[in-house]
Amino acid sequence: MSFKDETVSGYRSYLRNKLYIGAVLVVALTVTIIFSIKVGAANLSVYEILNGLVNSQAAGASIIWNIRIPRILAAIIAGCCMGIEGCIMQNVLRNPLASPYTMGISQGAAFGAAFAIIVLGAGALNSTQADAVIVNNPYLTVFAAFLGAMIGVSIILLIARVRSVTPEAMILAGVAMSAMFTAGTMFLQYFASDTQVAATVFWTFGDVGRAVWSDVWIMFILLIPALAYFMYHAWDYNSLEIGEETAKGLGVNTDRIRLYGMLISSFTSAVTVAFLGVIGFVGLIAPHIMRRIIGTDHRFLIPTSAILGALILLVSDTVARAILAPIVLPVGIITSFLGAPLFFYIIIKMGR
Amino acid sequence: MVLSVDKVEFSYGKANILKDINFKVKKGDFVSILGVNGSGKSTLMKCINRILKFKEGMIFVEERDVREMKEIEIARKMGYVPQRSETGFITVFDAVLLGRKPYIKWDVSSKDIELTEEILKVMNLDEYALRYINELSGGELQKVVIARALVQQPRILLLDEPTSDLDLKNQLEVMKLIKEVSCAQNIASIVVMHDINLALRYSDKFIVLKDGQVFTSGGREVITPELIKEAYGVDVHIKNFEGVPLVIPKSQ
Repeated sequence: MSFKDETVSGYRSYLRNKLYIGAVLVVALTVTIIFSIKVGAANLSVYEILNGLVNSQAAGASIIWNIRIPRILAAIIAGCCMGIEGCIMQNVLRNPLASPYTMGISQGAAFGAAFAIIVLGAGALNSTQADAVIVNNPYLTVFAAFLGAMIGVSIILLIARVRSVTPEAMILAGVAMSAMFTAGTMFLQYFASDTQVAATVFWTFGDVGRAVWSDVWIMFILLIPALAYFMYHAWDYNSLEIGEETAKGLGVNTDRIRLYGMLISSFTSAVTVAFLGVIGFVGLIAPHIMRRIIGTDHRFLIPTSAILGALILLVSDTVARAILAPIVLPVGIITSFLGAPLFFYIIIKMGR
Repeated sequence: MVLSVDKVEFSYGKANILKDINFKVKKGDFVSILGVNGSGKSTLMKCINRILKFKEGMIFVEERDVREMKEIEIARKMGYVPQRSETGFITVFDAVLLGRKPYIKWDVSSKDIELTEEILKVMNLDEYALRYINELSGGELQKVVIARALVQQPRILLLDEPTSDLDLKNQLEVMKLIKEVSCAQNIASIVVMHDINLALRYSDKFIVLKDGQVFTSGGREVITPELIKEAYGVDVHIKNFEGVPLVIPKSQ
């Protein structure tokens, strides 16, 4: 083998290692899925699970197909979305803190939901133990939450477009927008009845158990084109990674990449938060962990951030269902509990 | 003419940065742009490849008006190395491969990989291929960045102060490399320089900017003590040493 081939073959095996890491993540996710189907109030054996998966008449089939599978798929798809959104936002805004949460999307959704529940009367109290509060009109609440999430980020993007502001200014605008929405939500809650306040608070506890099959499908149908768009532009994100001016010199229209990246990731984020409520930290940590493991090559970073996001959310949800069984905790509590120490660990360990 | 700049004007808001800039560059030329800080050198570079959108005047690259070219077409004609390069958690190979961006659709082709490998070898970077660029020294990084611009296969190379962070050996090496590549591949190089002596040693053409205008341009003969006094406000001697003019500031 000549010296010439050594460089290329070295590079190719370096790329192969990244694929292996991706494969490990897929295996971990598969194992978690199997384990997650088994965990729950109704104690199903492995045989009952396998039988229920293939035979719709079997004893456990209804529980598996109507309760556990939609919940698991919702966690996987939402986790994918969050991983990707964080990955793209951190790249295009050139800021490690960028995520749907920092851009005010979650707070906007919470405000929209509170508005629907309190002002439009979409919420009431329910006494079942599993979900203490039921939202009378989930469609109205979901729609209002989506609108709330999109309004804030649209205003930021519009300002960015018209005044061509810097990425730093966009982050600051996101923080300001979050503060405004939080204040708005508190204002509504101040004048609301106890049950309405309870309903809005419960809404913000992000919970993948809320998802029904139709929600799962909608999130899935949005995820696919978003992922395709981001993968197509992987090299544009790689260019942005080494500086704005270099990227421009390589023919990348950085303003357009930034605008569309933000728009698409905000849109998918608004949809998941509207369906599932506020689930923090996944969008922030999944891309950070992957960046430290496989580097900033977005050909690999985007898909692996997605898989890791799905894995984190599914593990968290499985823990949420198992830890205080039969009580099912909202997954949002677990992600933050797991996420924050994990993040500290990474920062201390890697020191970068 | 590979590049002709015709009456270009540029302003940030009301501040007029460039006024009536005219010059032409031929294939294989090695042009140094000189002038004090703030004289408009970097702005001129960014106007040439349309990173900055100039309002007045015209720039032609191989007889095509840059205002009518797409970003990606410009990137196939011009390789640009900005004053500051960010590092990151990517390998040298990936960092250079990125220069193929103007040609990449979904993913890199085997031709892109081959060209990258070739340029790494030419620049003696192949042994670093799998090192991360944030672990490189300033000189190595600068070579990587220039390699990236070269793998773009440009007709014009725009380099903004390529030697300013380098030690003496690397300064000479990088300048020699640019000179050799421009000759071998018939690329026009336009280089913003602060070190007049380094410019005189390697360049064959000079454009001196003052207050956003071309103060003078031409071959080595235009660099005179009078010019330096006017453009930089410094009294100098110019001595000929081993066939190269040497600019030495007068002692106060």
